[in-house]
Amino acid sequence: MSAGQMQAPAIGAQALEKSFGDLKVLCGVDFEVPRGSVFALLGSNGAGKTTVIRILSTLLKADAGSAQVDGFDVVTQATSVRQAISLTGQFAAVDEILSGRENLVLVAQLRHLEDPGKIADDLLARFELADAGARKVSTYSGGMRRRLDIAMSLIGRPPVIFLDEPTTGLDPQARLEVWQIVKDLADSGTTVLLTTQYLDEAEQLADHIAILHEGRIIVNGTLAELKQLLPPAKVEYVEKQPTLEDVFLAIVGNNGTVATPGDGNPGESAGAHE
Amino acid sequence: MARHFISDTMVLTGRSMRHVTRSLDTIITVTIMPIAFMLLFVYVFGGAIQAGTDRYVNYLLPGILLITIASGIAYTAYRLFMDMQSGIFERFHSMPISRSSVLWAHVLTSLVSNGLSIVVVIAVALLMGFRSSAGVAAWLAVAGILGLFTLALTWIAVIPGLTAKTIDGASAFSYPILFLPFISSAFVPTATMPGPVRVFAENQPVTSIVDAIRNLLAGQPVGTDIWIALGWCVAILVIAYLFAMRTYRRKIAG
Repeated sequence: MSAGQMQAPAIGAQALEKSFGDLKVLCGVDFEVPRGSVFALLGSNGAGKTTVIRILSTLLKADAGSAQVDGFDVVTQATSVRQAISLTGQFAAVDEILSGRENLVLVAQLRHLEDPGKIADDLLARFELADAGARKVSTYSGGMRRRLDIAMSLIGRPPVIFLDEPTTGLDPQARLEVWQIVKDLADSGTTVLLTTQYLDEAEQLADHIAILHEGRIIVNGTLAELKQLLPPAKVEYVEKQPTLEDVFLAIVGNNGTVATPGDGNPGESAGAHE
Repeated sequence: MARHFISDTMVLTGRSMRHVTRSLDTIITVTIMPIAFMLLFVYVFGGAIQAGTDRYVNYLLPGILLITIASGIAYTAYRLFMDMQSGIFERFHSMPISRSSVLWAHVLTSLVSNGLSIVVVIAVALLMGFRSSAGVAAWLAVAGILGLFTLALTWIAVIPGLTAKTIDGASAFSYPILFLPFISSAFVPTATMPGPVRVFAENQPVTSIVDAIRNLLAGQPVGTDIWIALGWCVAILVIAYLFAMRTYRRKIAG
């Protein structure tokens, strides 16, 4: 790897355009993701988030514009890009008929790593799937599936990870587990590009947030920068009622691995925005 | 990434073979219809059919084997369709592997699982009194023709497997193929059929393939049948392969 690649941003996209038939999904998308940061692509359904991810992960060719991942062009150096990335799609792409452990071994074998069995066992332990490791994935809950899916993406330690709506369809507990995994990934220096339609998810996880709307990035910046776009928050004193999520988590028990409810909850000081 | 083609294909074939061995009911589903036909034709219609062999099951088996394969490849399309739907195809394609391995693994799995079905059907035929005087070379020739036929139909199955919108759509293509043996020499000699039907029956692929296999199993000289049979298999294989690869490239090129 050249020095130039080391200094290049982890992900760069310039003027990406893509149409499906008459439908123009991307109309010139530009953004950069610095190395080691968590970047959230925020947008409503159909905004083109998945299309961006598919172009960056070499599954789809853009009609115009260019993109690089880990310093490699996604079209001309697709093989090097695939070496550098992992994709966790919108729907957990796991093999239902294999066991959790077999899924992990499969990915380790396809990445041509030494000792796939040990890699699988380590990840099962790390993602609290050790007990379920020998079971068919079709018996897993949605949260377990998503954990396995992300575990499969970490095999081979790719420097860039794409998470396409990682928490869509998950219950609140599983969602907090996924958040914790993303935070751990960020701490270990992995670059994460995640898409989400949940504003709080972007706020919780991302260093940089871009809003994709009707095929264009309309806002791009840190959370603080985005907040400055609105009138300054005024301080109001509001009695804080527990949210239904707080109640749910308090009743079912919060297994200690996640942030306590209310911790860093933006609702606490009730900004005037939203 | 071509250097990993063989190892990647083996790993992925191992994966889809697990799908076959963990749902052995698919082998039963595949073989139950051909076995039912065999029972029906041997024990119900067989007495009235003048096929010119001492045991009707000997006459019937080659056609039944082709029906077995035609019913087996519906599952090839099904497995491919499920991989497309579940997103695991995209996961594999976003990984640093030899991309065509993903498709070849399904093709190899189709060969092996159809081979298993064929063995089951032949075992039932043996119980029903099927006997063959064929030597090792003739059996190998039969295996070769059946393998080539499976490969040809498998590449046809790849096309709906990649493009179908629903599970039913993915397997519906096999119905017309299942029907072809009925208008051939598989169940009755073509000599009694009326003019146009007879012309069709004698010039469609199933008749030459069935006749070639039947002669091989009976220890008879195969004549030109085997070359016509091989010609059909190779022609279908090449055309289906080209169309399947074009479909595949279109699918993955986005």
